[in-house]
Amino acid sequence: MAAVRVEEVLAAAEEQEAEKQRSITVEKELELEFDLGNLLALDRNPPAAAGLRGAGPRREALLRALARDNTQLLVARLWELPAERAGGAGGPLVARLPEPAFRLPREKPPPRPRPPTRWEQFARLKGIRRRKRTSLVWDEQAKEWRRRWGYRRAGGDPARAWLAEVPEGADPEEDQFARLRREKRERVARNELNRLRNLARAHRAGTAVPAAPLHPTGHQSREELGRVARVARVSTASLGRFQPRLPKEPAEPPSRSGGRKRRFEPLLGNLAAERSRQLELLRDMGSKKPVLDITRAVNKQLRQEEAEAAAAKGKKQSQRGKRGRRQQRAGRSSKKSGARRQQQQRPAGSSTGGGKRKKA
Amino acid sequence: MDPKTKRAKRFLEKREPKLKENTKNAMLIRGGNANLTVTEVKNITRPFEDQTSLEFFSKKSDCSLFLFGSHNKKRPNNLIIGRMFDYHVLDMIELGIEKFVSLKDVKNSKCPEGTKPMLIFAGDMFDVNEEYRRLKSLFIDFFRGPSVPSVRLAGLEYVLHFTAVEGKIYMRSYKVLLKKSGCKIPRIELEEMGPSLDLVMRRTHLASDDLYKLSLKQPKALKPKKKKNISHDVFGTTYGRIHMQKQDLGKLQTRKMKGLRKRPAEKSAEDGGVSPKKSKSA
Repeated sequence: MAAVRVEEVLAAAEEQEAEKQRSITVEKELELEFDLGNLLALDRNPPAAAGLRGAGPRREALLRALARDNTQLLVARLWELPAERAGGAGGPLVARLPEPAFRLPREKPPPRPRPPTRWEQFARLKGIRRRKRTSLVWDEQAKEWRRRWGYRRAGGDPARAWLAEVPEGADPEEDQFARLRREKRERVARNELNRLRNLARAHRAGTAVPAAPLHPTGHQSREELGRVARVARVSTASLGRFQPRLPKEPAEPPSRSGGRKRRFEPLLGNLAAERSRQLELLRDMGSKKPVLDITRAVNKQLRQEEAEAAAAKGKKQSQRGKRGRRQQRAGRSSKKSGARRQQQQRPAGSSTGGGKRKKA
Repeated sequence: MDPKTKRAKRFLEKREPKLKENTKNAMLIRGGNANLTVTEVKNITRPFEDQTSLEFFSKKSDCSLFLFGSHNKKRPNNLIIGRMFDYHVLDMIELGIEKFVSLKDVKNSKCPEGTKPMLIFAGDMFDVNEEYRRLKSLFIDFFRGPSVPSVRLAGLEYVLHFTAVEGKIYMRSYKVLLKKSGCKIPRIELEEMGPSLDLVMRRTHLASDDLYKLSLKQPKALKPKKKKNISHDVFGTTYGRIHMQKQDLGKLQTRKMKGLRKRPAEKSAEDGGVSPKKSKSA
């Protein structure tokens, strides 16, 4: 008798369990697609059209039943996600969502890559690869691992050394420590300047190219089309000089300033404006602050210096003639001679190395 | 355009294209109505005829989604839902409202503002028809809210259900009631909350395929990096490939037996063989 009772109890328990399961299981012909990152479910089963055609309350009930089933399936999937209690044991149960999978169009095109710096361009040309160096090196004197650079670097900071070598042929009266300090300061300044120039070049490159490629949308604004047409016009070998004019294009070819004309103030009339202009000029002349753009001026100066240096170098080399070159090929390190050869091969259009081309 | 102040710079930076984009904003626009005064009629916006003003507004407010409502004799109760890509209209779908029950009309408890809704699309039309597919994508874009890494399970109380049957789209919103079911997963009951809409599709303006493809393009930096030497099979089992040095079988420890034990003479010879090697290396 006891055995029978146990079976009965088991059957009852099983039935109860099945009843519980029935309340949360939903049968669908086609399985739903889920994107849990967006809390999204896609049900591809065609709904019962006949029922939905009917009157208000019946349709509402049908729709709600459909929604309930789908929500039940979605919730079942959400509850299966790995969950944890936020903020300690007593906190609410929080499920970690996966990344959204449903592909939606972007709001804006992806950002453009930064144009390469001067060094990166050069390195690419020469095939120089970045190699990884460990940040820690073994310091033989201190018998420990130390940083390669910076505070407490391996081998000690050369700026803090108590001894400095006097190079051969140097002025014995010259303070070598002061020289090292000065050279370091110069290197830092030059680096900073190069950084600024790279930034300026990147900025210029960003503005020179038409702002964005023309997307094939249904509608383009007048300015956009004008800008693109202007760019296209001057994009020929002759910079648009022999370009035939379009039917309604203005007769005057648009200049680099985008077709803006010079405007002069009237000779007579606006006395107040003239007065204020003159006063401003006087104030600028009287003030101690410089009016000029420092960065631009420094850039100009540097470029001039470089050009002069290059010219001088070229002259010297041309004096030395072919003998000097042969010596150089034999004696100098391969890296330098490689760089020189590369520069000789460069087309005539490149801007640098004007002096060197003279020799070739 | 260069910013003159730090504040302007920050402002522009916020609007720049980014790898991981901002949450899309929507602008809700009330269109011109014949009942309004003449001055307002002058400034009427007609998205399907001329998109310039919309694009201007979008650029001004940095919104890439828009919902435009209007009403006239030819197209009564008109709702235009659309989105922008790079400040140009990408998709635009015109929907007519046939029946509308607002949030206030239903006397029920509501869920708090800003709740992330669960979105459910039912009907084969959303998978078969290109226009419906775009509409689905638009609705998801519009209603999904900010993308979040985790969600409070008890806070899931809002469902938006879209059903497409016979050229009509029924949009219903329900409040979710989580009931005890006796096991871990709760039983769901739904309660009508409003707003609910019966919509019909009118005119559409869909982006060309190449533009749509361009807008879907993901930057390389966002793509997950491929993990080497790890593979999965159809059942979801993870396989890893590892590289090992060749094993020296001469040093393998086998069963210890008296007969295999080294004799004392052999042992000493081996020691003698090893020690000079050590001295050499040192």
